[in-house]
Amino acid sequence: MSAYNFAYLDEQTKRMIRRAILKGLAIPGYQVPFASREMPMPYGWGTGGVQVSAAVLIPDDTFKVIDQGSDDTTNAVSIRTFFERTAGVETTTVTRDASVIQTRHRIPEERLHEGQILVYQVPIPEPLRFLEPRESETRKMHGLEEYGLMHVKLYEDISRHGHIATSYAYPVKVEGRYVMDPSPIPKFDNPKLGDMAAIQLFGAGREQRIYALPPYTQVVSLDFEDHPFEATKADHACSLCGSEDSYQDEVIIDDAGRRMFVCSDADYCKARQAAGHHGKDAA
Amino acid sequence: MTPLLSVRGITKRYGTHIGCADVSFDLYPGEVMGIVGESGSGKSTLLNCMAGQLVPDAGEVVFDTRANGPQNTVTMSEPERRMLSRTDWAFVHQHACDGLRMGISAGGNVGERLMAVGERHYGDIRGDAKDWLQRVEIDAARVDDRPTTFSGGMQQRLQIARNLVTGPRLVFMDEPTGGLDVSVQARLLDLLRGLVRDMNLSAIIVTHDLAVVRLLADRLMVMKSGRVVEAGLTDQILDDPQHAYSQLLVSSVLQV
Repeated sequence: MSAYNFAYLDEQTKRMIRRAILKGLAIPGYQVPFASREMPMPYGWGTGGVQVSAAVLIPDDTFKVIDQGSDDTTNAVSIRTFFERTAGVETTTVTRDASVIQTRHRIPEERLHEGQILVYQVPIPEPLRFLEPRESETRKMHGLEEYGLMHVKLYEDISRHGHIATSYAYPVKVEGRYVMDPSPIPKFDNPKLGDMAAIQLFGAGREQRIYALPPYTQVVSLDFEDHPFEATKADHACSLCGSEDSYQDEVIIDDAGRRMFVCSDADYCKARQAAGHHGKDAA
Repeated sequence: MTPLLSVRGITKRYGTHIGCADVSFDLYPGEVMGIVGESGSGKSTLLNCMAGQLVPDAGEVVFDTRANGPQNTVTMSEPERRMLSRTDWAFVHQHACDGLRMGISAGGNVGERLMAVGERHYGDIRGDAKDWLQRVEIDAARVDDRPTTFSGGMQQRLQIARNLVTGPRLVFMDEPTGGLDVSVQARLLDLLRGLVRDMNLSAIIVTHDLAVVRLLADRLMVMKSGRVVEAGLTDQILDDPQHAYSQLLVSSVLQV
């Protein structure tokens, strides 16, 4: 363990990242460029999130990693082990006990509290990217608050599908100013972004951008007056814990078309089962 | 009457080469100005300088804005200029694919400018889009089709609809009929003429096709090597050209 500097990155790099984070917190939703480092994992595996986590971790922290809500998928396990080895911090799977939570594509079901930091892994930080390929142009659009194009995307959704079919990475407007990509979280999680007690940090390693939401920031999902935003989820109760208001994954369980719906937030589901709640397929 | 657009001494150089030099004119509301000349004579450079897409080296372009009266668009701030270019100005490109978003439905293309100025009601945007498609003679049933499925003439008409939907007062057109076959050109010109008259638009049309200016333009400027060599009423210049180059241009047209 002592072969590495605390949390893998050298102090100068962490300092550089912290400066980007502070700038991000000062301008909520603004994408701050930073000198992303090569990390010992491939791009797309959370190199941005890992660098942000490394920069905010202190030895007293308790660290939790979730991947699509789960603590025991490959991405979560590898990143958790990485920081156990390089930082020696405590790790946990309990949302409430964690001081830093790195997440891929979900916000925990349980309400986060003040003092916690939620770190998102972001593949493509630019919400306008698929509409406007030029970075110089998208920066100008952010600078001049020209966001009409974002609604063109939603318009296309409605004209093609009859409703806004974008179901993840749903664009939001932060404090009435910057349009932001909330990373590929399901739009079910969008309402939790706003007014959250925890600090939310977004790191995109390959794209070299960091952005942030300070606690209790106003975050509004974009929509049309006659097609308002709707936080959708599968219309089922969790098969294991019976929860009806958590976000669920659909799991195919044989090749005869049988399937089950389970909470994507594994910690939330476990806690509910321990408290005596049971779904229809509970063992 | 205040001119809608007043151009004074516009000069643009590319290194030692002259793009256009010392061009001045006034354009009044409802007037259509044609700019003709051979390839490389500086027509497009001049148009781009006026439309704020190029920064001229010298001169000023004064536009009579709705809110604040005459303003020099060369020195105004970029947000203001970009605001103008999606409200009071329209730019019709020669190639429709430069002016359209090819991956987005016809309705989305027409609606983009509406959404850019703050329209947030899907039903209204779609209604306006369908209305405009019909005004440019495109079947409203094709509102959800992509421009890639349209013919060249339809794409050009869609581009015009997309530009006129916010009711601009000044339209810049760069060879609007270039690359279209003659019967489609005739329809497009007919449509443009109708729209210009109905909406009392002012327009600046760059072209090398004299038939286009004959039909559409009230006034004409002939350019050669970056300079205006002759300017006046369209019929006057086309019927009685004075400058040697204008005479050459007029006599080069094939008579069928």
